[in-house]
Amino acid sequence: MARSPSPSIFRPKQGVDQSLIEDNKKLVQDINRRGLLRGTLSLGALTMLTGCNVSDTDTMQSFLRTISAFNDKVQEAIFRPNHLAPTYSVDQVAKPPRFNAYYDVEDVKPVDGASWKLELAGLIQDKRPWTAQQIYQLPEQELIVRHICVEGWDYIGQWEGVNLGQFLKRIGADTTAKYVSFKCADDYTETLDMATALHPQTILATKYAHDPITDPFGFPLRLRTATKLGFKNAKWITAMEVTNTFIPTFWSKQGFNWFAGI
Amino acid sequence: MSDSFTVKSTRRHRLHPAGLRAMHWINALAMIALIMSGWKIYNDEVLFGWLHFPEAVTLGVWAQHGLQWHFFAMWILMVNGAFYLAYGLWTGRFRRKLLPIWPREVIATVREALTFKLAHDDITHYNAVQKVLYVGVMLVIVLQVVTGWLLWKPIQFSEAVALLGGFQAVRLFHFIGMAAIVGFLVVHVALALLVPKTIGAMVTGGPIVDDATPEAVPAE
Ligand code: HEM
Repeated sequence: MARSPSPSIFRPKQGVDQSLIEDNKKLVQDINRRGLLRGTLSLGALTMLTGCNVSDTDTMQSFLRTISAFNDKVQEAIFRPNHLAPTYSVDQVAKPPRFNAYYDVEDVKPVDGASWKLELAGLIQDKRPWTAQQIYQLPEQELIVRHICVEGWDYIGQWEGVNLGQFLKRIGADTTAKYVSFKCADDYTETLDMATALHPQTILATKYAHDPITDPFGFPLRLRTATKLGFKNAKWITAMEVTNTFIPTFWSKQGFNWFAGI
Repeated sequence: MSDSFTVKSTRRHRLHPAGLRAMHWINALAMIALIMSGWKIYNDEVLFGWLHFPEAVTLGVWAQHGLQWHFFAMWILMVNGAFYLAYGLWTGRFRRKLLPIWPREVIATVREALTFKLAHDDITHYNAVQKVLYVGVMLVIVLQVVTGWLLWKPIQFSEAVALLGGFQAVRLFHFIGMAAIVGFLVVHVALALLVPKTIGAMVTGGPIVDDATPEAVPAE
């Protein structure tokens, strides 16, 4: 456990004093426990307030997010690391893929492929950044899988790019670490559990249906994994960190389930 | 105590023992939470263009709240439901109160109901239609849990999802299951309101009965 914490690209250089957290661990845990109790009581109150929405209150959110964290554990436990998602034939592929982000497609800010770099950080031996040209020369894996959105819609997409597990080995990443986190050009952040990062159907995609990915879909580099909901597939990736410290993600901060496995 | 004349060994208890009443109302709460949060989830990406649920009857302000509630209430439903099924099977309550179901009896009961001749003074005895509804809704709830898990983890359970015709097919089944349960709820609540003492019994426990009572009631 005593791994030296490497500077994270996600946090300011002058981070929180770790000893402070250690000292107050008891207190924090206590608060969580109290939150659970209070939440249970508010649940009783809620049922008497049908029609009145209390979901957004701090107490209710702390309770529901505690359950969501429990559901993360359940999903981790039932995850089948070698079970392959069904794949489909080329003529089932949707063209173009379906766009979704936390803003509209008109607001996409294209990334300049020539000056773009993939930065590496954390528990990685070779942290030299990668240019788009270098990444596009890596061996490609094709993935024709179903994309399922948390909203309920789905489509079949055809993605190509380097297998993430192989890429992690190539750069000397510590694959016994817990997480692989991504930072994106639009300030989106995403964190994968290592088991998902190493799943055979998780790739860093560079192409869609044989052509380079277009701007709305994450040019020049995006994540594509067959075992997570759509929003976990970070687009316009600019940095990747291998770490044992959980880095909250764009949507998990808003209350969406972090693991978001399918 | 050693009265040799009471041949049948009978246990005297309330019509609805306390544990059963607790499970009934916990189930009701979990079910309402699942339905209302399910409607919230549904509204984000509808199956039928003409159908959106009014926000006032959904649970949660934002979409993520609907999801949070759904995946909390599912545990309550499953754990409580497992206890309920174990209780019903173990104590023989299901066998005593819900079986047997004869088609002839069902038809006769429907006919009585349509001609307003259905007797409902005796709330310790379920008529054939009630039996069908109760057994039916239990099966639908079990299926709803199954399709719910398949929707939650369609890749981990990809074999079963394929068997049912794919992700969107399972979504449709889950929706139909909801509709069936809501349909049951409407009838169930309406009938309970028609015979209010049934509601009282599910709150306070109702009359003292013994296990042999249903058989002792002469068939009408
Ligand atoms: C263990 C129990 C359950 C689980 C794991 C579960 C899981 C799910 C999941 C994953 C979704 C999202 C589907 C989507 O992507 O659109 C969903 C939607 C929904 N659920 Fe459940 N559910 C459960 C029980 C129930 C019950 C008991 C009801 C109602 C009686 C219900 C009603 C709904 C409805 C109405 C929707 C929205 C339909 C849709 O848009 O697809 N669920 N449920």
